[in-house]
Amino acid sequence: MGIDIRSENGAAIAVLSGEIDHHSARDMRAELDRFIITMQPELMAMDFGGITFMDSSGVGLIMGRSKLLRECGGRLEIHNPQPYIRRVLKLSGLERIVKIR
Amino acid sequence: MEVINEIRFSMPSLSVNEAAARAVVSAFMTQADPTVEELSDVRTAVSEAVTNAIVHGYRGTKGKVELTVKLLAGREIYIRVKDAGCGIEDVEKAMEPLYTTAPEEERSGLGFSVMSSFMDRLSVRSKVGRGTTVTMRKRLAAHDD
Repeated sequence: MGIDIRSENGAAIAVLSGEIDHHSARDMRAELDRFIITMQPELMAMDFGGITFMDSSGVGLIMGRSKLLRECGGRLEIHNPQPYIRRVLKLSGLERIVKIR
Repeated sequence: MEVINEIRFSMPSLSVNEAAARAVVSAFMTQADPTVEELSDVRTAVSEAVTNAIVHGYRGTKGKVELTVKLLAGREIYIRVKDAGCGIEDVEKAMEPLYTTAPEEERSGLGFSVMSSFMDRLSVRSKVGRGTTVTMRKRLAAHDD
């Protein structure tokens, strides 16, 4: 599990890698929330290109960060999910509240 | 059901074992030479079932989670995840999409939805105070050889 967050002109990109399950989501959540609360980005893109596994814990992680960003006046996008992760995202109906590229 | 091969894996209800359970299933399934998608489907369903046992079955307590994986005749994968935790009062309600009893932990309420859509068959037996057993099956695509 890894997170690399960069920020430029009010937009942030969080490059995630490894597996997202109930166990790893806790640390990811803490790190992302710390950044969101401190930096209050207008846009945060979570890059899923390096995520090799995700179950429904990832859906909870995305929904929670989307809510926090909205409360801080920002929004969330999901970038580059692998086809298999797209299936989990589709099942959750997340596409209706978060832009997936 | 004709069993070709079978393993049983028992683990304490620690969240770090969610990944271990997936690794066990991946290793076992190699003998059936599944597609990448089939392997992902089963791994995800197992991850959901084991997480449910840890988060809901043994909420705040410790116990054992038992994972059984079988390869059945006709290229069918059988999974059983069993806990001796608190049990589910209303299984039908628990299986409703987006229903969760742990919103503060950001559980999305999609565990059973994922299991039922990624596997061919899903059954849940539960008794309050005794525990929950989830069984799932998935038939793998036919092989040329």
